[in-house]
Amino acid sequence: MEIDWGWIGEHTSDLAENAVLHLRLALLPVLFGLLISLPLGVLCRRFGWLYPPTLTLANVLYAIPSLALFMVFIQYTGLTPSTVIIPLTLYSLSVLIPNVVDGLGSVSEPVRQAATAMGFGAFRRLVRVELPIAVPIVIAGTRVAAVSSISLVAVGQLIGQGGLGYDIVRGYQLQFPTQILAASVLIVLLALVTDAILVVLQRLLTPWARARGKAAS
Amino acid sequence: MNDLWNQIDLSWAWLTSAEQWEGTNGIPHRLWQHLIYSGTSLFFAALIGLALGLLVGHTGRGGFLATGLANVARAIPTFGLVLIIVVIDYSITPVLIALVALAVPPILVNTYEGVRGVDADARDAARGMGMTGRDVLLRAELPMAMPLILLGLRTSAIQVVATATLAAYPGFGGLGRYIIDGLARNDYQLVVGGTVLVVALALIVQAVFALLRRLLVSPGLLGTARS
Repeated sequence: MEIDWGWIGEHTSDLAENAVLHLRLALLPVLFGLLISLPLGVLCRRFGWLYPPTLTLANVLYAIPSLALFMVFIQYTGLTPSTVIIPLTLYSLSVLIPNVVDGLGSVSEPVRQAATAMGFGAFRRLVRVELPIAVPIVIAGTRVAAVSSISLVAVGQLIGQGGLGYDIVRGYQLQFPTQILAASVLIVLLALVTDAILVVLQRLLTPWARARGKAAS
Repeated sequence: MNDLWNQIDLSWAWLTSAEQWEGTNGIPHRLWQHLIYSGTSLFFAALIGLALGLLVGHTGRGGFLATGLANVARAIPTFGLVLIIVVIDYSITPVLIALVALAVPPILVNTYEGVRGVDADARDAARGMGMTGRDVLLRAELPMAMPLILLGLRTSAIQVVATATLAAYPGFGGLGRYIIDGLARNDYQLVVGGTVLVVALALIVQAVFALLRRLLVSPGLLGTARS
């Protein structure tokens, strides 16, 4: 296979434009997913009976092929970005909800009691103690959700909303591997950068983890 | 909502009409193709993911690299991979390669985490009983990691079954055929019918793994392990 570097040179601005669109289509669902799973995870912790049915529902949604889910939504949201964003939000839930629940579950009982003893009410204890401790596990899930979402958006091109998926489909129609390859490599790069940013974010949000590491050494 | 209900009604008519159950575009043939693609990919992904996960988890070396690589693999756009290799070499192999690449990460990461998470005391006890390194891995670490390993396999299996629908785009059939054809002809009955079949298959896969969990996980572990 020969790569047509000239084509890539001439189309950098188009590719960049599609990459920005791609990132927006991929990351908005993860953001919405977090906004849904955080309260839902808290509820599942408080009312244990809620967790199994919620998880089953998320798993069933996850089993629906993205293409089919896009098609189902076309009738309600038309050929718009929502038709990609809503299904991808639903997918992210199957990773995010269990991680939020596990993250909150990783808070040890003595810590919880200490917070209560310091006079924290349920809400303040959640926001100031439990959620910060849950950050590493929640971010671990967010990394998986973000990376998968970035990869999945490409399929959205089959309904005309795919960001870099446009170049993948176009390259296939023209039997022009360079365009498919350029778009695919860009997607992997976007995912790597996003992943790295989330790792940095985790370090920033959990300064005590570094402090403890230093103390131990 | 009424719309959705009509669709389900239509799809039921489609699913149960006799002509859908025979010939090369019939459901049994498409289902068979889908199963072959999914099964083959999952088999190779399990070989790679389990071998690497057990090795890395047991030796404790290269864990960071393995999980890092697995996350990179997750980023590879399956759709792009399918289409690019199909442009170069028009055969089913590229589709299978893409599905294997999709399926390895969850298996690898869960196997690694499962083995690494085995209680150190239990591992020491196994060694203290005179087990060799291989015995410790196969008779102590593997059984104790089994719940997580099965969870990884299940995640991969469901992803593969759902994604194998893409095989239809470059023309290799499978259950995705109905979805792609329906999309091309604006025939929602076909799309929803195909989707129902794929989802049903994924649910059966979930049930199979629930059964495997009962068969393969030691009863002593079932009480505490989460599914």
